[in-house]
Amino acid sequence: MEFSSRRRKFATTPQMELYGLPLQFYGQPPLENISLAEFETFAVERLKLLKTVENLGVSYVKLSEQYIKKLDFEFKNLNFPYRVDADDRKPQCGPSEYEKRRKDHISHFILRLAYCQTEDLRRWFIQQEVDLLRYRFNDLHPKLKLEFLHKNNLEYDAISIEEKQVLQDKLIDSSYGVSGITVEDQDFYKVPFQDALDLVRTRKVYLKAGYVYIPHQDVVTIVLNDFRTRLSKALALTARSLPAVHSDERLQPLLTHLSHSYLGQDYSIQKNVGKISLEQIDSLSGKSFPLCMRQLHQSLRENHHLRHGGRMQYGLFLKGIGLSLEQALQFWRSEFTRGKVDADKFDKAYAYNIRHMFGKEGKRTDYTPYSCMKVILSNPPSQGDHHGCPFRHSDSELLKQKLQFYKVSPSGISQIMDLVKGMHYQLACQKYFELTHNVEDANFSLNHPNQYFVESQKILGGGKDAKREMVDTPQRSQGNSAFKNSPAPREKAAAPANTNASQDSAEMSEDLDSYFEEV
Amino acid sequence: MPSASSSSSDYDPASLPDLLPLYYRRLFPFSQYYRWLSYGGVQKNYFQNREFSFTLKDDIYVRYQSFTSQNELEKEIQKTNPYKIDIGAVYSHRPNQHNTVKSGTFQALEKELVFDIDMTDYDDVRSCCSAADICSKCWTLMTIAIQILDRALRDDFGFQYLLWVYSGRRGFHCWVCDEAARTLSVSARSAVAEYLSLVKGGEETVKKVVLTEPVHPFIQESLKVVEGYFSTYALQQQDILGRKESVEQVLALVPEDVRKELQQEFKNERNPENRWQLIVEQASRKQATAKKGQHFEKEIMLQYCYPRLDVNVSKGVNHLLKSPFSVHPKTGRISVPMDLTELDTFDPFNVPTISLICNELDRVKVGEKEDENAEVKEIEGEAAEKRKIRDYKRTSLAKYIKYFDAFLDGVSQSWKGELLRKSDLQKEF
Repeated sequence: MEFSSRRRKFATTPQMELYGLPLQFYGQPPLENISLAEFETFAVERLKLLKTVENLGVSYVKLSEQYIKKLDFEFKNLNFPYRVDADDRKPQCGPSEYEKRRKDHISHFILRLAYCQTEDLRRWFIQQEVDLLRYRFNDLHPKLKLEFLHKNNLEYDAISIEEKQVLQDKLIDSSYGVSGITVEDQDFYKVPFQDALDLVRTRKVYLKAGYVYIPHQDVVTIVLNDFRTRLSKALALTARSLPAVHSDERLQPLLTHLSHSYLGQDYSIQKNVGKISLEQIDSLSGKSFPLCMRQLHQSLRENHHLRHGGRMQYGLFLKGIGLSLEQALQFWRSEFTRGKVDADKFDKAYAYNIRHMFGKEGKRTDYTPYSCMKVILSNPPSQGDHHGCPFRHSDSELLKQKLQFYKVSPSGISQIMDLVKGMHYQLACQKYFELTHNVEDANFSLNHPNQYFVESQKILGGGKDAKREMVDTPQRSQGNSAFKNSPAPREKAAAPANTNASQDSAEMSEDLDSYFEEV
Repeated sequence: MPSASSSSSDYDPASLPDLLPLYYRRLFPFSQYYRWLSYGGVQKNYFQNREFSFTLKDDIYVRYQSFTSQNELEKEIQKTNPYKIDIGAVYSHRPNQHNTVKSGTFQALEKELVFDIDMTDYDDVRSCCSAADICSKCWTLMTIAIQILDRALRDDFGFQYLLWVYSGRRGFHCWVCDEAARTLSVSARSAVAEYLSLVKGGEETVKKVVLTEPVHPFIQESLKVVEGYFSTYALQQQDILGRKESVEQVLALVPEDVRKELQQEFKNERNPENRWQLIVEQASRKQATAKKGQHFEKEIMLQYCYPRLDVNVSKGVNHLLKSPFSVHPKTGRISVPMDLTELDTFDPFNVPTISLICNELDRVKVGEKEDENAEVKEIEGEAAEKRKIRDYKRTSLAKYIKYFDAFLDGVSQSWKGELLRKSDLQKEF
């Protein structure tokens, strides 16, 4: 229904009105014809922009000075609508403001097509678009802000002065940066709590009988909340009409390509199934697991149990590094049955969960190992949990102790702790990687625990000296038999590690074990 | 009072298969149950599209059960005699036909907003018991939790129809039955749950409550509740400032400089109440000098007493939760609705077990033999219903069902108006 109503002939809504403000809620899809080349450029450039938004969001506090500066730069660079004064001056060079707004509009809708297909893609896209809107709305002239709210039917009634006086203490205690004077000066809006979930969630607003009282300064939250809801609904609708789009063989490969490039590598594709034996996990966890997985592994070994959040995070990681379903079942069963769970209980209560991870139960989704973002942001650990990101979810004292225990140098620890304080958890983890692998610069940007593992294996594999090659152990059983005892594997292993590291990771770490024993 | 608990603790899990048929045939309040889950029939198929799931003997788990009528539900439960009944969401289609609809279209639409609080989540702050065990000492934590949540859900969120249910073992559930709550989105549910969560962090976090300035009115209100219990519960019963290990645990939550001073002061002061006073004094001294807020005495109180929610249960619309009046297979206790006017005297050990109420049924029968033969014959409809009412009224379950009735009378106010409006619209034909 809604789809057809949105397809109204364009003549009724002139372009100028559609692009009247530097930002919009993307309520109406573009209806003009564009070339394939433009289609592709627009899409790729918006994707770049969203990637920047994601990266900045991880490294900086949102809307901090640095964050804004870097995002400003990217906007200018990619020719997206940026910093318009209320009087709309003509740009000296480059595309006109109209062209930029058109690009903003069209590129958003192209990426909708590419990012509506799965839950993960939708979540990522919505998050970045919301952050983008936050930045742009914040940048808007107050007059334009009001105009924008008005245009999108986001007007709420301000509470009366009397009501404000009655509630004054509560209002001061529930909003940051609001004092007695600002309460008097500022308008407060009474809004159903469902319209300001982000403020409710963080307790940054006064809540009474189902209504929140939002100070004018926080009105952006309602805007974002509304945008998020609209976008989420729109993506669900788009997903339904996707088969029609996919029948166009010009667009289909392009869209697939676009959606694949959002997270870098997809670690759910198992290239190395069976390349790792269960006996290796203990030693690998010390050398090549990121701290979060090392922690989970250790507490699993100690308690012979992990709660659901831990099983998911660690189980999918193990799947990603190459454990087969059979190995995974064996691994979890042998550990759990050492604790309070007997084999029968395990098969009834936990085996399902593991088969589920491998897409063998329920809705049969082949689950993807969690990325750093997911570990850091979703499902924080609570009582009894060991999952999460140690840099994000540990007390700094405990983290320090742990790093000491893992023999990180005092100067290294203080470097890491500085990053943690600045909320750069992934950078902290990367620093930990560099320190524990003795490399100056890791040369990658860490965003996935499985990436950490692969990179670690690359380095540890490549670091082997020539002498090790000569005494290469011949009794490996699970390697490719064609290579056994032939000179080929030695040559391969001596070559730059990144060519073969991932496929041969199992063998290499075995070599490494003996290497470390010798040294 | 305490003597009653000894008889109900006679429950033997092995007898469950023998008792369940009797319970479901003569005691389970099907009509109230159906009345509840149909919500006055305001929305078509609300009961029919609701998911039930049963745990049968030997941990066999059957999901996506659904029933077209009270009678059908009753028949099925009496046939399968489930060890445990869970209630899920109201779906877009009949859950028992979920395989026949196109994938993706079968979706969870609505459910009560639910909360689950479990004593195991408090293991690091209670010394009396651990894991599944509870005692009257640590049950205070549940009393505190219910008071805090009940107030916030009513006053802050404006919900009215809150059904609090003892889980049968070591915690309780809350079912928020307002229409506004049943229609909340997943993100709204998680926002509510997070608003209510103060204790955060897993095994790698020592300090789990961190307050920032200003202290939100919700936290202030919650602190008022905790303050009412803290001295008796935490200082006296749990003795958190008496034993060496637990003193260290508490002191780990204060700033380092304060910790050193307190360790000195504690050497000359053994009395837990006085020790607590020392902590409070340190805190107010800090508050006077530091420019950033120092609330460690409040943070300690909250870490030890504030409700610990299982957020994931509240978040999902499709999450299953144990049904009221289901039996807890391990303890045999019935999941009974709790009357909050009697919250402070609620004793989990006094909640009737299935063996107790089945016994009560037998015991009375010896006295009045009248319808012995009626039992053999299949009596139908109204007569059976009346009989059942008479049955449960003779047992300790009566007062809980009575309370459930009263609760439903309250909720029905909300759908009566709705029904009137609807019938006005339909007058035309």
